Amino acid sequence: MATAVESALREALAGPAPGAAALGALRDGLAAAGGPAALGRRQRERFGALLRSLAAAAAEGPEEPAGPWRSCFVEGPPGLALSALLGALGEPPGAAPRAGRRLQPIVEVLERFVREGRLAALMWEVCQQQARGGPAELQDALLAGVVALPDRVSNSLRGRNPAVFFPQNYFPLLGAAIVEVLHEISASLRGGSDCSISFVSQVLGKVCVHGRQKEILSVLVPRLADLTKSDCIWQRICWRLVECVPERWMEAVVLGFVQRAPGADVLSRLLGNLVVKNKQAQFVVTQKFLLLQYGYTTAVLQNLLGYLSLDSLRRALLIKVLQELLETWSSSSAVKHSPAEQQEYISKAILICLSHLKEPEIESCRQELLTSMMEGVKCHLDSSLPQIRRLGMIVAESISSKINTDGPVLKFQYEEDDEARELKSLLVQAPSICAVPSLPDDNRNEKADAALPLTSESNGKSHTAATHVVSDEESDAELDSDDDLTPYDMSEDKELKKTKAPVYIRDCIEVLTGSEDTDKWEATVKALESLVRKNPAATREVSVELAKILLHLEEKTCIEGFAELRQRAQVAVLTVDPIPVAQYLTSQFYSLNYSLRQRMDILDVLVLAARELSFPKVHGKIKHVEKPCVQLLPGSDSSNDWRKIVDERIKSKTRRFAKGPSQVQVASGPNEFNSVAGHFFFPLLQNFDRPLSTFDLLGEDHFVLGRLVHTLAVLMYLAVNTVAVTAMGKALMEFVWALRFHTDSYVRQGLLSCISSVLLSVPAEHLLNNMTEELLETQSWLGDVVEKDPDGDCRRLALQNLLLLENLKKKLNKTVPS
Amino acid sequence: MAAPPPDPQFVLRGTSAAVHALHFSCGGQEPDVPILFSGSENGLINVWNLKTRRVDKALDGHGRKSVCWVETMDGKDRLLSQGRDQRICLWDLAEGRTSVMDSVFTESVGFCRCSLLKVAQGRWLMAMAAKALDEVQVLELPSKTSVCTLKPEAGAKLGMPMCLKLWQISCDSQPLLLSGYEDGSVVLWNLSMGKVLSQLFCHQEPVMSLDFDSEKAKGISGSSEKVLSIWSLNEQQNLQVHTTHRLVNAGISDITIRPDKKILATAGWDHRIRVFGWKKLKPLAVLDYHTATVHCVSFSDHKNPSERLLAAGSKDHRISIWSIYTQT
Repeated sequence: MATAVESALREALAGPAPGAAALGALRDGLAAAGGPAALGRRQRERFGALLRSLAAAAAEGPEEPAGPWRSCFVEGPPGLALSALLGALGEPPGAAPRAGRRLQPIVEVLERFVREGRLAALMWEVCQQQARGGPAELQDALLAGVVALPDRVSNSLRGRNPAVFFPQNYFPLLGAAIVEVLHEISASLRGGSDCSISFVSQVLGKVCVHGRQKEILSVLVPRLADLTKSDCIWQRICWRLVECVPERWMEAVVLGFVQRAPGADVLSRLLGNLVVKNKQAQFVVTQKFLLLQYGYTTAVLQNLLGYLSLDSLRRALLIKVLQELLETWSSSSAVKHSPAEQQEYISKAILICLSHLKEPEIESCRQELLTSMMEGVKCHLDSSLPQIRRLGMIVAESISSKINTDGPVLKFQYEEDDEARELKSLLVQAPSICAVPSLPDDNRNEKADAALPLTSESNGKSHTAATHVVSDEESDAELDSDDDLTPYDMSEDKELKKTKAPVYIRDCIEVLTGSEDTDKWEATVKALESLVRKNPAATREVSVELAKILLHLEEKTCIEGFAELRQRAQVAVLTVDPIPVAQYLTSQFYSLNYSLRQRMDILDVLVLAARELSFPKVHGKIKHVEKPCVQLLPGSDSSNDWRKIVDERIKSKTRRFAKGPSQVQVASGPNEFNSVAGHFFFPLLQNFDRPLSTFDLLGEDHFVLGRLVHTLAVLMYLAVNTVAVTAMGKALMEFVWALRFHTDSYVRQGLLSCISSVLLSVPAEHLLNNMTEELLETQSWLGDVVEKDPDGDCRRLALQNLLLLENLKKKLNKTVPS
Repeated sequence: MAAPPPDPQFVLRGTSAAVHALHFSCGGQEPDVPILFSGSENGLINVWNLKTRRVDKALDGHGRKSVCWVETMDGKDRLLSQGRDQRICLWDLAEGRTSVMDSVFTESVGFCRCSLLKVAQGRWLMAMAAKALDEVQVLELPSKTSVCTLKPEAGAKLGMPMCLKLWQISCDSQPLLLSGYEDGSVVLWNLSMGKVLSQLFCHQEPVMSLDFDSEKAKGISGSSEKVLSIWSLNEQQNLQVHTTHRLVNAGISDITIRPDKKILATAGWDHRIRVFGWKKLKPLAVLDYHTATVHCVSFSDHKNPSERLLAAGSKDHRISIWSIYTQT
């Protein structure tokens, strides 16, 4: 039989170009011999030479070879065929593209090669050769050829490649081919013969490291998950497949599996005890994904940690991982310097770990858990970012509830919002079906029945929700339709007071300092603000005394919104008599024996009063304008914003036909902040670096420092158009310069806001004349912050500042063309 | 800007005691004059002529003990009144008479007002608190025979009944009783079986007053808290909370839905009368006239809707008469 092939080959190679008849004979002979596998070594060499000459003739010869030459590539040995085709496709390096090259036939043959499943045949061939110890260089070339095929084709055709060579089409095909090869391997293992899988692993690894995990694994993972469900040979094959991936590609493969697997149990079936056997995989799973990177979704974390928890060998790693996570979580340096997103990621990982731990395991490391918890909660609560504080509280609560099953547990007060609930839900073991997004289309069917309970449940939920909404609307419509009774004014409907509020400021002082009558005291606190505003002259006589009383006023009885009432009264006093009261308050900020709360109250009052003074007044009423700073007193008047939004929407949809200004002119008036800005500002700058026995701004009390810096930024912003602004800007720049390397990101944010305020408030000429050096230094610092700061907000603020600087430069260039 | 709330149409003074009960009788044809009965703390029942706005008669039948409930039976000639002397009197006022025809001795010492329901021509049912603390008794009038005694199950711990409302869906259907109890629950009773049909906890504090709209199967109750509770009765005779409405000040002593079911009024401990649209409980008006707790509110039964009045009696000895939302 082989002789027929031999003679056909010899005949075909004899002439300059093989004739159609010779090729036909070769095909017949090959088919009769039972496929390319039957060829001997010499025959293979000859066949290779024939294919190369055919490919060269097709690409560069005067005309295409005659006869069924394309079929020779598809039916011949796949390794030889692919290398011959790739050789013809690629130009010799350095050669100028020749005009006469015909690439179309070559690409067509390649397309047939890929479509007719020759990739699987190719990989299977290499696997068999490897088992017998085939040449390594050829395998490497084939590996590169298979993985880079889309790129090669695209490069030769300058991008006009057929759809099958688009990565999103090619790699799923390759995935299917891998599954086919694995089937062959499984069959041969069952037949008792040995087989090497490493070429398939290499293909997989290389594809993954080229960033095509999504395409190839979207085919592979569901199929393998299905096949490994009950078959232990398939499980072994799958484990082997991953284990044989070369070290340098291991990370990409593991990451792909972790991201694609629909659940921890599937992942465990697919990877086996890879992390125990392979050092690289262990490093990637236990260190890199958890501690060094933080961009993955919660589902990935759940997969990963669930995988670790599913086998007794791996559970030891789980505990180790938890310890390492806790170490990071409780390290004050990590809390200070790592971005908030990473801290959230680590917290999530800790919570998921805790959910997997069993009673005896917790017992074994209870002491360590307790120690890390105490340390971690301390440095989290110390942080000035509310988000970090809350993370610390939630994690600490969770740890404490895990280690003290019977005793008292930690309980913090924090706002129970969606994020907190999501974090807490991680403590409950996730259901075995965990939905990984972006499941590929072609495996939706098999996924669908597994996920049936989940989807039906959610369907039901959304359904009920929908009907609920409908019924609500219906009832609304019904009620609105005939409820045409117009209401009377009900603004006078206020809470009934038992005692009358005092009418004179001096009475208020008496009540607030000495009275034991709580009703009267309450009424006074509630009435004070309006009294002060109504009687400015009377207030001025006692303003400092009143400010002192208010600063020390403590909640005697439980009044709703006491803090706000007191603050509004303080603001009223300060606006009515700014200079003495501001002097008093700023001097008290740096004096002994105040609580941090009181000091921060002082700052808030200064800001609010400055805001009120600097905005124009309309008929004695203060217009409520958007706050310049979002971080002070959040959420006190955001609920009224809907009115503004609605008005704006109406304005945008309304066409006005009248000419001229349709808007009423904004009322103008003297800026009352002008004459007093300095009294608000400079005393606050004076003593920040002098620690008192109870108050150390540069040390432990950095939260107050953060508030102080933010306050200064707002005051600076509000001082726009005042006389003192240039001096203030200069002083503030110096202040910022002294603190620019502060470790607390909240302080740094404040400093960056200060710079923004300076740039916005101080006139451009003054900036240039008086602060050139400072500006240049600041600019280089800002550049550093943009590149290196771990806090995202800081980076953003710094970038904004740079933009402001840039604008400033443009403005100057425009006015002074140099 | 919404219009300021109206002033009272007129004010009736001269009861010289806190007013606890009001009842209009204005449905008669000319030449009958519209009349308002008021019961006050000094035990007198005043019959006000709303044309002259003066007291026509003062009935003294409760031994100077406070009168807490007045109601007419078929026109203004027969009047029922309940006093803290533990008596319910039936007055004959026809042709200028002022005599007590009959009386029932209730053994209850509570503040619970009775409830009257006309079930047929010349036949009424009256629910009243009975001798045992948590019992309600229903009598047939004028025969005074006891129809049933409604006693909660042992261990229910409802406390005393605080307010009662007899009603029926239509003229020939079974009468039912709604009663509010000291523990804050409202209970629906089936009279013929003497059994609880449904119980709803809608307040933390005793239910001070309730009213029910049988057409919409929806009712409202108030207590000493800051909350009005609106509940509904479904086809399975189950009470369920519909919505609640928060008030500015705590304490409701009386709630009345206007006979045309468009608005309702509440008498508040905060001296104010509040008017709401009944459909959505849309707040419509806060009538601030009185200087002490308002004890009772009542709507008139004028044939002509535009003449309809609202009366409120207060601890400050005055009865304010309002004309509000008459055009709807």
